[in-house]
Amino acid sequence: MADVNRGDRPLSPHITIYRPQITSMSSILTRITGNALIVAAVLVVWWLLAAASGPDAFAAADLVLTSWFGDLVLALSLWALWYHTLAGLRHLYWDMGRGLELRTAERLGWACIVGATVLTVLSVAYFWLLT
Amino acid sequence: MAYLTDRKRAQGLGSAKSGTDHHYETQLTSAALVILIPLFVFTFGTILGQPYEIILVYYAQPFPALVAALTILVSMIHFRQGVQVLLEDYTRGETRHWGIMAAICVCYALAAAGLFALARLAL
Repeated sequence: MADVNRGDRPLSPHITIYRPQITSMSSILTRITGNALIVAAVLVVWWLLAAASGPDAFAAADLVLTSWFGDLVLALSLWALWYHTLAGLRHLYWDMGRGLELRTAERLGWACIVGATVLTVLSVAYFWLLT
Repeated sequence: MAYLTDRKRAQGLGSAKSGTDHHYETQLTSAALVILIPLFVFTFGTILGQPYEIILVYYAQPFPALVAALTILVSMIHFRQGVQVLLEDYTRGETRHWGIMAAICVCYALAAAGLFALARLAL
């Protein structure tokens, strides 16, 4: 019968049975970075809401965001954001039916990781010099 | 249900019945975010750490306020799409059903809070 296993079917993808490859790892990293960015979204919205609420509320939110821990979370989020953006561009390119050859796909994976790191270093350095 | 054949019950429920709209929505928001994210990073990033009065003046300007509003709105729609697929992939049953609803509600709440804050800062 069609409903023998209803609601209890195997879940995909079966990450643990495959050997790690740059294509799969960069795909998993896209999902991790995308979902982890909710933390940065909450922080930014909290900060904006605090700024709209008044000086006392702002001082509390600003203290957290500009603390060493806030800096760490935001710097990691920035890497995640650049990575997810580059991986998104890669996905848009793939959606056009291009760049799907194995060697190209593997190079694009490394390009996302290296590119995100370079962009993070450059943007953090820019904000550092500005203050 | 017992009167339906298996074929009849499965008709129109194939994997490709829907999902194109979900893919398109994700693709559309990602294309918009490619432009919005760098603009947001360099507007928000340069103002973070400045005194309260400067923040108020900065977000009263149309450009940074609009960039922030669009980034929050579009990224929350994009996040809604992504987190739904995450939950569909790794959870099942009740967890999936209520988890997706809860996650989507969080996205709407964050978007509303962000837009309200920006409106109040800008006006």
